[in-house]
Amino acid sequence: MTKKNIKIAVASGKGGTGKTTISTNLARAIAKNRMAAQYLDCDVEEPNGHIFLKPEIQKSKAITIDVPEVDSNKCSGCGKCSDICQYNAIVSLKKIVMTFDQLCHSCGGCKLVCPTSAITDKAKEIGFVDIGVAKEIGFAQGRLNIGDIHTPPLIKQVKKAASSDSVIVIDAPPGTSCPVIEAIKDSDFVVLVTEPTPFGLNDLKLAVGMVRQLQLPFAVVINRSDAGDNEILRYCSKEKIDVALEIRDDIKIAKAYSRGEMIVDVLPNYEDGFTDLFDYIDKNIQLQEKS
Amino acid sequence: MKELVVISGKGGTGKTSIVASLATLAGKSVLADCDVDAADLHLVLEPTIKRREDFIGGKQAFIIENNCIGCGKCEKICKFDAIEEKALSNGSNGSVYKVDPISCEGCGVCVEFCPNQAIEFNEVVNGEWFVSDTRYGTMVHATLGIAQENSGKLVSLIRREAKDIAKRENQDLIIVDGSPGIGCPVIASITGADVVLVVTEPTLSGLHDLDRVVKLAAGFDLSVVVAINKYDLNPNMSEKIEAYASQNDIEVIGKIHYDKAFTNAQIKKESLIEYGDSPSSEDIKEMWKRLSKELDR
Repeated sequence: MTKKNIKIAVASGKGGTGKTTISTNLARAIAKNRMAAQYLDCDVEEPNGHIFLKPEIQKSKAITIDVPEVDSNKCSGCGKCSDICQYNAIVSLKKIVMTFDQLCHSCGGCKLVCPTSAITDKAKEIGFVDIGVAKEIGFAQGRLNIGDIHTPPLIKQVKKAASSDSVIVIDAPPGTSCPVIEAIKDSDFVVLVTEPTPFGLNDLKLAVGMVRQLQLPFAVVINRSDAGDNEILRYCSKEKIDVALEIRDDIKIAKAYSRGEMIVDVLPNYEDGFTDLFDYIDKNIQLQEKS
Repeated sequence: MKELVVISGKGGTGKTSIVASLATLAGKSVLADCDVDAADLHLVLEPTIKRREDFIGGKQAFIIENNCIGCGKCEKICKFDAIEEKALSNGSNGSVYKVDPISCEGCGVCVEFCPNQAIEFNEVVNGEWFVSDTRYGTMVHATLGIAQENSGKLVSLIRREAKDIAKRENQDLIIVDGSPGIGCPVIASITGADVVLVVTEPTLSGLHDLDRVVKLAAGFDLSVVVAINKYDLNPNMSEKIEAYASQNDIEVIGKIHYDKAFTNAQIKKESLIEYGDSPSSEDIKEMWKRLSKELDR
């Protein structure tokens, strides 16, 4: 019997390989099999899942981080705050202390080290978390404020919206650095989406390195599987990585995507593929629990 | 000297294939791959590495088990949940603490407040960067270590290096391949650029992401032009993008056909221009003429 609150992250090294397509359709297929499913859009710089799932947003919450505020009346000009800050986010020139919110990681060091308690926390808005429903699927997304760089802390807040009694599908950002790690790190399973091209293979290798370092179980989905060469299959077989689903290059899918339509709505014959993908993941997680 | 930065908002719209093609058309320029998370330009340009350097992005905390008294202060003050309790490795009773290097953001707060000075704070190598020769000029590129931070810093370093090289070699053009998104590496790659080329595609996602990236660039007062790749995939959506561009006073500098040559050229390690006659290569040549004018302004 499937654990209800498993977390499946959908990631890729390369952008534009189909993370959103896979994650939205997978969430839909799970919900169709009478299990509660929730989709979390953690690609907070460019969240696109809402285009396809068309959710009804029930609440939007502004997300803030703590940045320092300096009371110049209390400041003794000792400079300890700027000494401890590793990010150049607080600079002390005797009694003039300047803060740079964009560079701040909210470590709290300056506040702790200040001998005159001149530093307090100030809330800085970095973006929003929207929570709602998309027909039978729970929905949450993060939206980073344009010009802000605090991607990982916002992703952390999106993940806090996870429901405890649903299968969670996380749509991760592209790449292999801190935002992706934040999105996928406590998942039960990671789906790496790629395409059969040299760029797809190169970036898949990077993504495989990442999930192996995080020690997360994973499998590969090849999108537009007949559009390029066979190197991805060769690589996966050499590395003993399962290819859990292949989706053929189909102009109908590309056109449906361009209009913001779900594959399973426009081309119902693809639905079984997503159901099988979930069954594969589910079995895999159960096997790990036994071992 | 002019710097052209190619970004996209949405990933996978064809940035790198277009950068390789522009490099071909430019003949000689300085190239910078600033998509340090998932760099691909080297797969087409096959650089010969001439110089390699470690990238040190910051520091990391490390608890020396023998000096740890197990007080747990570090765990309490760490804002990144990067410190966890563990049993003593010699099997005796009691516990010590250790730092999870993946979660540690190198703030040094635990180092400062450890009552027994048990925490080391050393610089860490986050990646490696290279200066290489390619058939179209010197290229600066990098690999960020797996699960590493500080991609913005690395992007800034690569751009600075590319500028120095362009000055030394007396090159008048730098072409930068950027990363997707609107976050830290993207901001680090566009600030101060002469022309920002946003490559989009005629999909609702493409338009949505274009809007966010255009607003980002507007905040930095940059000159932005747009290329629509695969424009004939959904002509209706392409019209919408053109309408959006004209409303925002942005030139659509190129429209590129949906073309299998993108994949085929990649497999042959060629730019679209080198790959030969295809609708997309003609479109990119046309776009290059207009881009050159824009860069000369």
